Amino acid sequence: MTAVLEAQGLGKRYRQRWALTDCTLSVPAGHVVGLVGPNGAGKTTLLHLATGMLAPTSGTIEILGGEPASSPAQLARVGFVAQDTPTYAGLSVADHLKFGARMNPGWDAELARDRIEQLGLDPAQRAGKLSGGQRAQLALTVAMAKQPEVLILDEPIASLDPLARREFLQGLMEFTAGHEVSVVMSSHLVADLERVCDYLIVLVASRVRVAGEVEELLAAHRLLTGARRDPATLPADWQVISASHTDRQSTLLVRAQGPILDPGWTVEQISLEDLVLAYMSQAAATPARKPALETQR
Amino acid sequence: MTWLTWRQFRAQTIAAAAALALLAIILAATGPHLAGLYTAGGLPACHAHGDCGTMASNFISQLKNGTFYEVLFYLGLGVMFLAPAIMGVFWGAPLITREIEAGTLRLAWSQSVTRTRWLAVKLGLIGLAAMATAGLLSLMIAWWASPIDRALGMSSSSGAAAFGRIDPLMFAARGIAPVAYAAFAFALGVTAGVVIRRTLPAMAVTLAVFAVVQLAMPLWIRPHLIPPVHATVAINPAQLIGLMMSNNNTMTVIGGATEPGAWILSNQTITPAGHVFTGPPTPACLSQTNSFTACQNSLGPLHLRQVITYQPASRYWAFQWYETAIFLILALALAGFCFWRIRQRRLS
Repeated sequence: MTAVLEAQGLGKRYRQRWALTDCTLSVPAGHVVGLVGPNGAGKTTLLHLATGMLAPTSGTIEILGGEPASSPAQLARVGFVAQDTPTYAGLSVADHLKFGARMNPGWDAELARDRIEQLGLDPAQRAGKLSGGQRAQLALTVAMAKQPEVLILDEPIASLDPLARREFLQGLMEFTAGHEVSVVMSSHLVADLERVCDYLIVLVASRVRVAGEVEELLAAHRLLTGARRDPATLPADWQVISASHTDRQSTLLVRAQGPILDPGWTVEQISLEDLVLAYMSQAAATPARKPALETQR
Repeated sequence: MTWLTWRQFRAQTIAAAAALALLAIILAATGPHLAGLYTAGGLPACHAHGDCGTMASNFISQLKNGTFYEVLFYLGLGVMFLAPAIMGVFWGAPLITREIEAGTLRLAWSQSVTRTRWLAVKLGLIGLAAMATAGLLSLMIAWWASPIDRALGMSSSSGAAAFGRIDPLMFAARGIAPVAYAAFAFALGVTAGVVIRRTLPAMAVTLAVFAVVQLAMPLWIRPHLIPPVHATVAINPAQLIGLMMSNNNTMTVIGGATEPGAWILSNQTITPAGHVFTGPPTPACLSQTNSFTACQNSLGPLHLRQVITYQPASRYWAFQWYETAIFLILALALAGFCFWRIRQRRLS
């Protein structure tokens, strides 16, 4: 299967500031991909480049093996729910379905109608009068009913209350279960993504820090506690993500492929949230340097 | 795409149609009576038996002093001047900015319709609506005002120049040029929106630029589209429209010869040697005791001549076509720029 997203040295500059730099990515199809990072990390920029809303300053990006938004056929393959789930405030819910039907040859009217009914939305209601959660659901419905091969969601639940979040994610999961569709969803909250994503991209300060399947990432990252040691003596294939030392003890978060054989370490599994936080704080501490340098203080 | 454009533009379409209908009713209700006054004044057959200028002047003065017809005539001129600007400001400028501000640009651009087609349908349909509106306004108002327009073109009594339809005040309010103004103003508004990306500043810039263009055109550009005609006639001192003397020993004389219905660009008085006449004043004119007639008579021996530069009334349609072509080309160029800008994806 071709990659959903394929980026090579991708970068985007707004006047003086680089919002995304040197981004190289290959996201395989069939996943629910979580794109995590703090606010301002470049998540929206990456998704706008992927959907063709923006043109890259450097490098290339392909979605489903083609240039984003290059033709009606290419556009039809990608569903996009932009940040703040925009809808036409003056148009009714029914108008939005009509809009979707007129603008998309592959429109699944039945799916759209069923979802609106299931959500209990009044077709005559103007979108401007809907609650945030309802608006998000409407935007998601329009994106789903065009039957895309990949669905891209930019912080769709950031502004929703917990109940609306759960309902939104539930709807999304039902859709992915019934259709062959890949999903790329951004969020600055790992907890939102933890339940639904099986692939993770961590984007901090306009760079991709780590990307991979959640299971593999969790298996490869371990929290080690043991007697204090000189970082230089650690195995060469370990990638130290974070390290803290007391007088006698060292605590390391390492990425290592094989099992940890040294009995001097107590090995613990870490949660996805801890993993993401470790990458985020690493980026904050050493914006441009190699991670290993931090341990040599 | 057509449905979306119509659905988003429905309110404006209804408002414009209602305004047009209201104006049509007012004009249709009063137009026949105005035409009746024109006929009653003997103007349709004035060439056969009488002085058209005097009859026209009588007809015009009958309408003056705040009658309903005078108000409606000026209102019609105002509508023709303002309508393109209004369409540029309220239809053109918000066309894209409203979508940028509401975020719906990204909703529209993530459907299975390319950005180019999205813009083409919006620009095409609403641009045509703006042109049709201006065209209808021009037709309706010109029909209603035709008795007044014709009378103004004839009323050259007492040295005052006739006020022809080629005069800048009338030119931009009649004929086919308003259609092109509407296309240009609309394209200008959209372009301002695409560049500025915020509704209110885009509206302000549209209005300012359109006003400047509408001033620059008759002042500096239109007079030179076709080389003007120069006519030199001897000044008849008994028919002056201006005579001024200043303390610094200068004198200005403005001759009364004119060209009926023409657009007078300049009116200069020259000496037999070909220089512009600036004085000195004749002794008869300086004297406190002499009558004005004596002053006038004293100008005869100076053999002054009057050079008028003008665009004759017969060039009216040539100018209308030039103007229409220029503004349509400008509108197309602006639209082309919008397409280029949208392709560059520098909006979101």
